[in-house]
Amino acid sequence: MYPGNLKYSKEHEWVKVDSITATIGITSHAQSELGDIVYVELPKIGAKFGAMKEFGVVESVKTVSTLYCPVSGEVTEVNSDLSSKPEVVNSDPYGQGWMIKVKLSDPSEVDKLLSSKEYEALLKK
Amino acid sequence: MFSQIGVKSVDELFKAIPEKVKINTVGVVPPSGISELELKETLEYLSKKNKNTKEFVSFLGGGSYNHFIPSTVSHIIRKSEFYTAYTPYQPEISQGMLQSIFEYQSLICDLTGMDAANASMYDGATALAEAASSAVHFTGKNEILVSKAVNPNYRKVLNTYAAGAGWKVVEFGYQQSLGISDFYDASKKMSDGIACVILANPNFFGCIEDVEKFSAVARAKGALSIITIDPISLGILKRPGDIGVDIVTGEGQSLGLPQSFGGPYLGIFAVKKDHLRLMPGRIVGETVDTKGRRGYVLTLQAREQHIRREKAFSNICSNEALCALAATVYLATMGKSGLRDVANLCLQKADYAKKKLSNLVAFRSPSFKEFVLKTSKPVDRINQLLLDNKMIGGLDLGKYYPELKDHMLIAVTEMVKKEDIDRLSGLIF
Repeated sequence: MYPGNLKYSKEHEWVKVDSITATIGITSHAQSELGDIVYVELPKIGAKFGAMKEFGVVESVKTVSTLYCPVSGEVTEVNSDLSSKPEVVNSDPYGQGWMIKVKLSDPSEVDKLLSSKEYEALLKK
Repeated sequence: MFSQIGVKSVDELFKAIPEKVKINTVGVVPPSGISELELKETLEYLSKKNKNTKEFVSFLGGGSYNHFIPSTVSHIIRKSEFYTAYTPYQPEISQGMLQSIFEYQSLICDLTGMDAANASMYDGATALAEAASSAVHFTGKNEILVSKAVNPNYRKVLNTYAAGAGWKVVEFGYQQSLGISDFYDASKKMSDGIACVILANPNFFGCIEDVEKFSAVARAKGALSIITIDPISLGILKRPGDIGVDIVTGEGQSLGLPQSFGGPYLGIFAVKKDHLRLMPGRIVGETVDTKGRRGYVLTLQAREQHIRREKAFSNICSNEALCALAATVYLATMGKSGLRDVANLCLQKADYAKKKLSNLVAFRSPSFKEFVLKTSKPVDRINQLLLDNKMIGGLDLGKYYPELKDHMLIAVTEMVKKEDIDRLSGLIF
């Protein structure tokens, strides 16, 4: 449910770091709480975000939720497939359901994020 | 209570209101009260002081028009189930109301060539300002480029929105001899900060704009193309959805609503699919229930102010339900060919008037149901003469455009007869 190679935010985003690039999406817990996702609004390439700043919104049949960027950096890629197939965020949150890729401006921020065990512990509270 | 708030009398509470704007006459009902019968008589006497379009021929337009309203409209909208209902706040229990709104949205989409329409807005002016707001949110830019040939009152509302929201409104001119928006001026002012380009079609002078050209330039700059339309004109003009427009707004009063001193009216708002989530207000969708039966729901509500107040694009989560219903009945009654007939009658009659008054016509561009005259006398003097002859004259454009002093905007709808036009031209010359 919560892969060990990923880092997690308290706002239920996951981060996968590959040298200086971070791929970001929402966790399995988040997608299950939201229910059927119908729309994902993502930023434009080149947009810059500080850590835990809002980068988009995800809309399900019952609510709209803000997406937070767990690490600061510049957006290098967005998952444009989500505009026509937002449901993959439900079916494959850690794979095809990824949302943005960010070039890290401060890689040390990654260490402050939660491990999969810490995240699971957070969910149990 | 007076001593608590530090005043001596009721009158003191109203002293901020200047004397000259206060009504000094005695109220309709004297303090001693009158019977219902007397009240009715008094009110009828008062209402007869108004010049109305039943006794007078009207050439006054500029955003509100005297069109024929088929009797089906009042028959349907006066059904108590519709008449007493406000915009549905417990929507799914009001299936009939929702269905009527769904039909309205579908008709507006057909008419405009757009993919989705909302359940309506207050009027043409707010619909236009809301469209600008949508464009600002979509593009992340905040400059609004708007033609001076857009209704001046709409531009005022746009400026009111802009003042609060921090947008920069940039106006571009119109061609003095043609009466259409100046493409050269617009191109010059088209910066990278532009969120949208706004035109009216037909424009405020009744002239037909080259919408496609402006839409293309807007698109090249990453801006949205927005127009405000007269729905009757779509009986003969190309649909905005087919000529590159991103957001269509308009005043729906022409569709079965009386002019009634300026309201309540109907704001039309429709978008292409890509901009569905930018649409303010309410949207009704069709679905099926657990047993597979057709049903209607309010949809895309998650964007709305009452769910996400601080993030919503718009404060509007209501609609003009009864006016939208009137438009629905109007369009259903007229049908495709009926609407084309109305549009044609307007066009032909306005054209006849234009020919009759050709020496005075100010702008050379093709026009729809309105056109501008350059008069030899002040407009208010002509209008007084017309009133004396049971005619309501055109709009004095000098009040809105200093450069158009002694210019009159004439509107001709299907309600005007050939003889009326002949009389008009006789009196104006």
